[in-house]
Amino acid sequence: MTTAPAHAGWRFRQPSVIPGFGLTLGFSLAYLTLIILIPLSGLIWRSAALGWTDFWALATDRRTLKALEISFGTAFIAAAVNVVFGTLVAWVLVRYRFPGRRVVDAMVDLPFALPTAVAGIALTTLYAPTGWLGKLLMPLGLKVAYTPLGIIVALVFIGLPFVVRTVQPIMEELDKEVEEAAATLGASRFQIITRVLLPSLAPAIITGFSLAFARGVGEYGSVIFIAGNLPYKSEIAPLLIVIRLEEYNYPAATAIAAIMLALSFAMLLVINLVQTWSRKRYG
Amino acid sequence: MEVRVVNVRKEFERFPALHDVSLDIKSGELIALLGPSGSGKTTLLRLIAGLERPTKGAIFFGEEDASQKSIQERNVGFVFQHYALFRHMTVADNIGFGLKVRHGAARPSSQEIRRRALELLDLVQLSGLEKRYPAQLSGGQRQRVALARAMAIEPKVLLLDEPFGALDAQVRRELRRWLREIHDRTGHTTVFVTHDQEEALELADRVVVMSQGRIEQVGTADDIYDTPNSPFVYSFIGESSSLPVKVENGEVWIADRPIGLEAPHAPPGEAVLYFRPHDVDLLDGCSGCIAGTVAASRRVAGTRRVELEIGGERQRVEIELPVDHPAAQKSRVAFRPRRWKLFPKA
Repeated sequence: MTTAPAHAGWRFRQPSVIPGFGLTLGFSLAYLTLIILIPLSGLIWRSAALGWTDFWALATDRRTLKALEISFGTAFIAAAVNVVFGTLVAWVLVRYRFPGRRVVDAMVDLPFALPTAVAGIALTTLYAPTGWLGKLLMPLGLKVAYTPLGIIVALVFIGLPFVVRTVQPIMEELDKEVEEAAATLGASRFQIITRVLLPSLAPAIITGFSLAFARGVGEYGSVIFIAGNLPYKSEIAPLLIVIRLEEYNYPAATAIAAIMLALSFAMLLVINLVQTWSRKRYG
Repeated sequence: MEVRVVNVRKEFERFPALHDVSLDIKSGELIALLGPSGSGKTTLLRLIAGLERPTKGAIFFGEEDASQKSIQERNVGFVFQHYALFRHMTVADNIGFGLKVRHGAARPSSQEIRRRALELLDLVQLSGLEKRYPAQLSGGQRQRVALARAMAIEPKVLLLDEPFGALDAQVRRELRRWLREIHDRTGHTTVFVTHDQEEALELADRVVVMSQGRIEQVGTADDIYDTPNSPFVYSFIGESSSLPVKVENGEVWIADRPIGLEAPHAPPGEAVLYFRPHDVDLLDGCSGCIAGTVAASRRVAGTRRVELEIGGERQRVEIELPVDHPAAQKSRVAFRPRRWKLFPKA
């Protein structure tokens, strides 16, 4: 058993015995800088040019706040829905053998590949008050298209593969003996799922959630078709950015973008920390 | 708790894994299921646990027919080769799990569960590690936690599936002695599966030798080693040599010569002679003995193992000589088995 101080805080890790540490680290940093850091710092730079009072005025604009609330709120709800049903889909795919399993398995990836606009238009056609599903839901008082509910439906569609594809491999690795051990100790099927299986899947589920959530916050193509885009009601932040750009109002666009960036980064950081913590505990 | 396996047959998708197996396990006994892989020993253990259902036959715990009960109701302690600990729980939570999942009045208070977990931790000599996670323990320590977890529910039977299989030789010997001590102290009826004959013979009160889905022999270490009842047991347990022979007039013959072994009750005809390589008398002359040319000689620990070619057909057998024995230098060695057994030719 090695008990090297592998997790001794923020100390710089000694290069390992594998050669090429300097080269690969240098490459990684240069690549990340080029692809992610430079464009993003450009964004910060532009919005910093605004000045604090102007920035604050733009950021606290009621329409901006509402758009941000809709974006993050719907993305959160959609990711939560995906966690439940994505885990269920993964469970069925991993645990059961049935004819057509491979087809279903491949279908999960479709939202990855489909142009998002196509997804948006298809969903809108389905859920519009005259569409197949919309027609059935109207009498129940449920209006999906052109409401925040429609945004959630689109984001659920887009985010599903993120949850399934992160949970599935971990689920496949679950040791059947652990379940058997729990059963011999007297645990019912329900107790085995809630006390043994789900806790060991938690890290993967959190990852799936954060990916689906991040994707949902940034989603544009599918949402603008189904959302109806009514200001203060179903207008998402990315759309507001585009609107501002079309008005040549670059400062406002960068301000909204900067806020989105800050919020997303903060949330993803928190999720990552939760994950590191759970990984450390469960090994 | 007494366990009776009655005429159990188990098929996996038409492939039979156990043929009509019956076994009586006495209360408080420590019994080993020994056999090569594919012999059905693990299947038998899993059937007793309820992790598999028999295709035919029944398993009784005392007077109760346990085969009608679910795994949860059987109240057995099962220890897996790869520990199967809950890695998101501390050691104490792992041990207390079986008590925590009970319902209503059967569930002890959380202080009681904790007290019980610490007590068991003490029994398996891991006091002070209750707050660790399984990932922070060594293999041997994990297996002890697994055993403590299985014992926490006061099982009727303790079942261990190759409990030391994943551990290195040193830890294995240590845990073997320790398991015997725990068994003597707690008195649980215990069944363990192993493919390591040394482990089975040293540890168990009785050994069940299995092969190809059948029980070959059941007995104490002495019974199994000294009076094997089949060629399989003879060659599977310990070292053995065999020679094709002929029985005539109540005597054992090799080719055209009697070798000085009387077999008055053996049916005449062809047979196979089994003996242990170390259980032989070396002879000088040869009137009524087995003689062969030395084909190879190897030093094995405290003895010298000599391979002999016997007769015109050059049948090879192994015998063991003391290291300093003069016969080891000769090109021709004569001997006669001291203890031996004849089996009909297969």
